Formats: sequence, C-alpha cells, structure tokens
Amino acid sequence: MDRPAGRARQRTGGAVSAFDRFRALLGREAVLDAGGEPGRPPRVAPDSVDAVALVLGTAHEEGWRVRVEGAGTWMPGDPPADVVLTTRRLDRIAAVAPEDLTATVDAGVPLDALRERLAERGAWIALDAPGQAARTLGSVIATATAGPLRQGFGPVRDHLLGLSVVTGDGRVVTSGGRVMKNVAGYDLGKLHTGGFGAFGVVVSAHLRLRTLPRADATFVLEAGRDALMGVLDDVRAAALQPAAVELVSPALADRPAWVLAIRLAGAPELVAADETALRAATGGRITALAPGAAAPFWRGLAVGIAAPPVTVRVGGLPSGIDTVIDLLQHQLDDIRISASPECGAVRWAGDAAADRLRHVRRALAALEAPLTLERAPWPVRRMVGHFGAYREGVGPLVESLRRTFDPGGRLVTGVSGAAGDG
Amino acid sequence: MTPLADRLSAVVGARHVRAAAAARATYATDGLPTHRRVPRLVVLPGTREELIAVVRVLADAGVPFVPRGAGTGLSGGALADGDAVLVVLTRLDRILRIDPRHRLAVVEPGVVNARLSAATAPYGLHYAPDPSSQTACTIGGNVAENAGGPHCLKYGVTTNHVLALEVVLADGRVTTLGSPGGEPWGPDLVGLFVGSEGNFGITTRITVRLVPAPRVVRTLLADFGSLRAAGSAVSAVIASGVVPAALEMMDRSCIRAVEDSVYAAGYPRDAAAVLLVELDGMAEPAVEAERSAVVNLLQAHGARTVRSAADARDRERLWQGRKKAFGAMGRLSRDLVVQDAVVPRSALPDVLEAIAGIAARAGLVVSNVFHAGDGNLHPNISFDATDPDLTARVEAASAEIMAACIAAGGTITGEHGVGVDKLRYMSLVFDADSLAAMRGVRLAFDPDERVNPGKVIPVHACREWAGWTDRRAAPASAPAVP
Repeated sequence: MDRPAGRARQRTGGAVSAFDRFRALLGREAVLDAGGEPGRPPRVAPDSVDAVALVLGTAHEEGWRVRVEGAGTWMPGDPPADVVLTTRRLDRIAAVAPEDLTATVDAGVPLDALRERLAERGAWIALDAPGQAARTLGSVIATATAGPLRQGFGPVRDHLLGLSVVTGDGRVVTSGGRVMKNVAGYDLGKLHTGGFGAFGVVVSAHLRLRTLPRADATFVLEAGRDALMGVLDDVRAAALQPAAVELVSPALADRPAWVLAIRLAGAPELVAADETALRAATGGRITALAPGAAAPFWRGLAVGIAAPPVTVRVGGLPSGIDTVIDLLQHQLDDIRISASPECGAVRWAGDAAADRLRHVRRALAALEAPLTLERAPWPVRRMVGHFGAYREGVGPLVESLRRTFDPGGRLVTGVSGAAGDG
Repeated sequence: MTPLADRLSAVVGARHVRAAAAARATYATDGLPTHRRVPRLVVLPGTREELIAVVRVLADAGVPFVPRGAGTGLSGGALADGDAVLVVLTRLDRILRIDPRHRLAVVEPGVVNARLSAATAPYGLHYAPDPSSQTACTIGGNVAENAGGPHCLKYGVTTNHVLALEVVLADGRVTTLGSPGGEPWGPDLVGLFVGSEGNFGITTRITVRLVPAPRVVRTLLADFGSLRAAGSAVSAVIASGVVPAALEMMDRSCIRAVEDSVYAAGYPRDAAAVLLVELDGMAEPAVEAERSAVVNLLQAHGARTVRSAADARDRERLWQGRKKAFGAMGRLSRDLVVQDAVVPRSALPDVLEAIAGIAARAGLVVSNVFHAGDGNLHPNISFDATDPDLTARVEAASAEIMAACIAAGGTITGEHGVGVDKLRYMSLVFDADSLAAMRGVRLAFDPDERVNPGKVIPVHACREWAGWTDRRAAPASAPAVP
C-alpha cells in the first residue's frame, strides 16, 4: 500500500512523483495506493469538487494521463495512465426534495444506495442501469447506460436536470439547474451524458425524481423469439403504459427459451387496468412473478449483462429489432442479449475481438443503427472506440469538442473524432 | 442592389431577397417588443439546396447571419443588425415524411408546429410540444429554442422529441446528427444542438418523435381565493406523484383579460387564480382514479369550485382562454413583456407573492399565466413602450423578478431562450468558466462566431479558456475579455 513512489518519480522524469504530489495536495487519505508496481499508477480519491479540479489541473500542467473511475465495477481498469482518479469519495447526497421531485447527488454515490435513500422519502429514480449494485451514478451518466426502465421513463439524459463536471484542465463547469425546464445557456449536460468521460469528469448531478410507485408488478412469458415477437404485436395493440418491456435471451435469463418480461409500475389503478389488458392481449399466458421474485429477476439481468468482458448497445428502429438481434447472434459468439424492443434498443454481452466488433458496427450502420461499445478491455476499446461509423462531419466536431474540454488530451478515454470508420 | 444581394438573388431569386428599408423593417422585432434591430438583408430560401447554397455564399463572403422562423420568439433571438443577414426559413415548410409505424416524422424547419400535429392526427398521433404560439411558430424555431408548452409537463419539451437533425454549419458543411431510433452516432450532438438558439448552425431536416393521442382525457378547472392557495395546490398535486398532462395557472388580471375578450372561457371573474388541470391516458379507470385524487387535492388546498369539462367542446373552450391569454392581454395595454423564469415547484407560492410585491412597488400591472406544474412562470408586464420612464421601470422590474426566481433556486428562462434579452442575466446563473465552456462549444460548431452573433453567451463574462485555442483566429493568449 505505502510503497514509496520511486517508480512514479522515474516515470515523471525526476520531478516530484504524482503519488507524492497528490498526498501533499490532498492529504494522505486521498491517495489510496502508491502504485509502486510496474504499470500501476497511484489512485487518487478526492472528496470534493475543488479537489477533483486540483487533481485534474495538476495533471494537466504536469502532462500526466488520468484514468477516471467510479467504484471500478463497470469499465476494466486497464488503460495505461499516470494517475487514476476515483470519484468514490464524492459520495454525498446533498439534497433530496420529495416535494419538488428533485435531488442533488454526487457522482460517486452508488445507484443502489441512492435508490434506498430516496425510497425513505417516498421518491424514486427510474434508472435501472446494467452492472453491479455498487455502480456509481457518475458511471451511469458518463456511459448513458439505461436499463429496461427506459421504456417507461426514457434514457439516462431524461433524468438529469443539471450537471457539474470538471474538465481535463481542471475547470468546474455547470449546466442546467435543479428546475424542471431550463433553456438558459447551451445544454452541455447532453454532451457529458454518454460522453464516456471524453469531455470531463461528472462530479454531481441534479436529478429528476418520481414518486415511489405504489404498485409494481412484473410478468413473464417464455417462448421462442418469433412467438414472443408475435405476442409483442398484441401487447402493443393493447396500448399499455408499461415501465419496461424486455426481451431476454435464454443464456442471459438462464432459461431454456427466450423470456418476455413486462413491468407495470405506478398508481394501483393504472397497474390493475394494464394488467387486465395485458392478460387479455396474451390470452392469459403471461404469468406474474411473485412480489419477492421481481427485484432479483431484474437485478439478475442487470448483473448478467455486464458479466462477460464486452458489452455493447445498439439503437435502431423498433421494426428492425429482429434484424439487429439476428445480426448480433450470427456475427458474435455469446448470446447474452437484453432488448427493449419497443425502444429499438438492444444490449449484447459476450467476448469478441476488435475486428469482429468493427465489422458488426459497419453492418449495423447500414441499418442506421449505431453501435456503442459500453465496456471492454482497453485494447478493444482503443481499437474499436466507444463510438464509430460517424456520419460525415461528426468526427471533426467530436475532436473539436474534445479539445475544448480536455485541451491537453489528459483524460484517457476510448473516444476520438478519428474513430470514424469504426 | 449590393453585390451580396446579387449573389443571394442568384440563389433564391430576386423576389426572395429583401433589401428595401421598409421590407427589412418588417423583420425588426420578434414577439418581444423591447428589442428592435433592422437586418442588413433578408433572404428567404425555398428549398434545402437553396438554404445550403445561401449559407455557403454567406460563408464565402464572411458575413454573419441569423436564422429565423416565424418570428414568434420571445427573447430577441432572431434579430439581426449591423452586418448580419437574416435567413428566413418559413418557405421551407414541407412535411417530408410521416411514418406512423415508427411514430416519427421528417420535416423541414419552416413547418408550423400545429400543422404537423394536424397532419399526423389521422394516424392517431401528434407532435407533443405545444407552445402557445403553435399555430404560427415553426418546428425549426422550436428546435433552436428547445420550446415547451402546456403539455410538456407529462410529455417532455422539444429536446425529448427530436431524434435526428440534418444541419448546415456556418461554413456551409452539411452533417447529420442522431439516428431515426434516437441513439446518437457518438456523443449526443442532437441533444447539444437543440436549444442552442441558432448558434451552432441551421437545421435543414428534422426527425421528430410522434406520440399516440391519449384515449381518455379529463380537463378540470379549479378556482381559488388566493394566489398562495393555488400555488400550494400545484405543489400538492406534484408531490402526490400524479403527473397531469398539463397543469396551468392564470391569475386574476389574466382571467379578467380573457373574460373581457372574444376568447372568454367562462373562468370565474372573482377568482384570484384558476388552475387548468388535464389528465390523460389510455385506460379509463386509471385516468378516473387520477382525476378523483386531483379533485380531492385541489379541494383540500382551498379550491372554491372544481369543475370538469363536460365534453370536447367545453374542453376546447377552457383551453382557448389559456392559449389565447397573451392575445387577450393586448386589451390591457399597448405593449406586453412576456417574461419567462422557472422555480422549484414548492417555491411557487412564495415566488408569486414576491412578484406581486415587485409589481406593486414599481406601479406596474403584472399578469401571470404559466405552466405551474413545471414551475415555469410567465409574469407578463403590460406597458406602453413609447414611454421611456415606464419602459425603464419594466426593465428594472423584470430584473428584480429574475433575481427573485434565482434566489428561490430557479433559473432565468424555461422555454423562451436567452437571445439578447437575457444576456445580462446569464452571469447570475453561470460562472465565468461555465460560460467560457459554452462559448468553447459554440466555437467547435462555428469557429468564426458568425451564426446568430451576440446571442446567448455574454462574451465579456467568459473566463479565458485554454480549450478555445486554435479554434479562434486570435490565439488564446490574446485578451478575450474586453
């Protein structure tokens, strides 16, 4: 733990090492390990926005590359860097206002812990991101990884009212606010949401909440994929207002067949009316999960889709969902798939080489369905990029925005304007 | 004609270039009477190709330009002066595609908002954001301003309904942002572009999401003896978890203006405030349960009467009063400043009282008609713009109202934009680094700052920013702060 930073000193060309520098600047407790081993940079855990700004500002001046992480459960911690910045000590829930249905939360707060705290006040954040329970809010925002609830409550960006980020050169930038509507200034939060850290480090967010649903029920139906797609047509015609409609592959559900899972959440009258309509639409074939079984079911999907080394998402049109799933199944080995068919969203997890992923991205681009690499070992991320197959003119914009928010290119990220040809 | 006018005429035809002083003066204001700027030239391209060619001519000449839709904006955002050419997009009014299966439409920027909903109605769909000016305002303008409207409480504002954009940047390059399914190719540049008030370029094609029309709609009118009671009722409805399709408030001054006009909706004239609450959905029992819960909440918070619209016609009449309230207020005075600010919903009772106090001290008539469910206030100040003293008092009161909203945890605009009108307030809500970052983003799209110059970002308030380097003609080390 406390290895002297001899190596770090060498790496920084004889100047004070990153380890020593940050211990001096932030205190001993803010530098979690020495990073003395080869290839292991010091891990810095600032506990305030100003401290994050100090870390990034210092790294910018010194030319140190910074890898950013939350709890370290989502993205593999393998890219080369001189410093690791973890947001895990930015862990305050600064405000919860159930009467306004808003909250102000630091980026390092685990999503599950936030959910518990909100529930105590009768409030709810309708985000069920994939990954471990310890995953931080900042990680979910930076990667824009929405889960099945995106069907009823929209993508990650719809839950954010305002953001604070620290740029690659250590400046604190805020956008939005804590009110429901806001057009003061450009909507920078959109760039940071799903920006994969390329435009700064998210440090806190003003969130849009809902009241805790008074009724919450999950229904499942197992069958072949074709049969379930047919059921979906009938469900769509019933004009429900479901919180989630998820199509889960056998490997992910750990069942012999595909599973269609539908979650109804909200006022008891709405859930009851929709349940009646759902049962009618499925000819009574769909079954309700026992109250104690629903949460573990959804949790299992969230963890399972992030278990293999690579996770990607594809966003297309609902009518193209079959084609997208076919393509993923045929081109990539593993078959962990979780799709929100009514949103046109498909998430795949497995193991795949970079060239294979690029091939799939190109094939999907022809269908106007962008593939985003959500997580992968660094060699894959570096080669494939989180984004790719940019439309003409987008690459230069991304590059220019990168330079705006990280002029020294210090933030280690799998995002670049040049990722264009995927 | 000037050489520039000749070049533009060669693209769009001489008929669609306005150079005469009288013709240009037509475009000197938008919906806000306190700002007036006469453009150097006005050009009205008729097709996407003409628009792109116009932008390229302007890029080639290095001339700044301002995009403009129907000119219904309320922040002076679509005004041009000095060297700037006004590019008016109202002729680009084609609905290019309606795709009922995927619930999306592709339109040109000059399509009028209400026309899109009318065109999609036969498919049981509509375009949800419904600004009060929806019978005139354009989708391109809505995208630029991230426009809202009464029904945005439940359905979201413009940014929640834009899937993809084709845009022409200031240098004439055309690029496509987003995809028809809504997933971006890379960072969310569609989300970034929406609400950029024309500073990032001009939309040439807009792909929007359509929403199924609700099967069940219930409209309620509740009246209150005090503004505070009405504000508390709004907070109670929001905190209950019911999300009405719309939750609108009008105060006494507004009620009387409406009732004295041809838009009379049957609002009780003696009420201090009325709330118009709409609940909708697909399932009758669910909507009925919400209606009953809301009626109870309204009564518990002091509603004198709560009545339900008897039928579609009654509902339309109740809404007519609300949607035409701004027009009705024309009766009160020669001019009207429609203000726009947002506060946390629980702060509404206090802020409404504070605004009433500011108006009383300034000796001004303020009428409130606004999206209460979102906390989005519209205090409207009636005045006579030919009276300089009165105009000064209006401006001072506006500033005081903004300060009160910011102090309550709110912001300076919820849907009208910053434009030129609110430049002076931007540094009250954003520090110098945040403003500089915004400017940096603008420079990524428009390095010469030629599109809609002088809007949104108070350049003098931006801190020097390393990220500007190599984007500007002047090096970052040169003083950017005058």
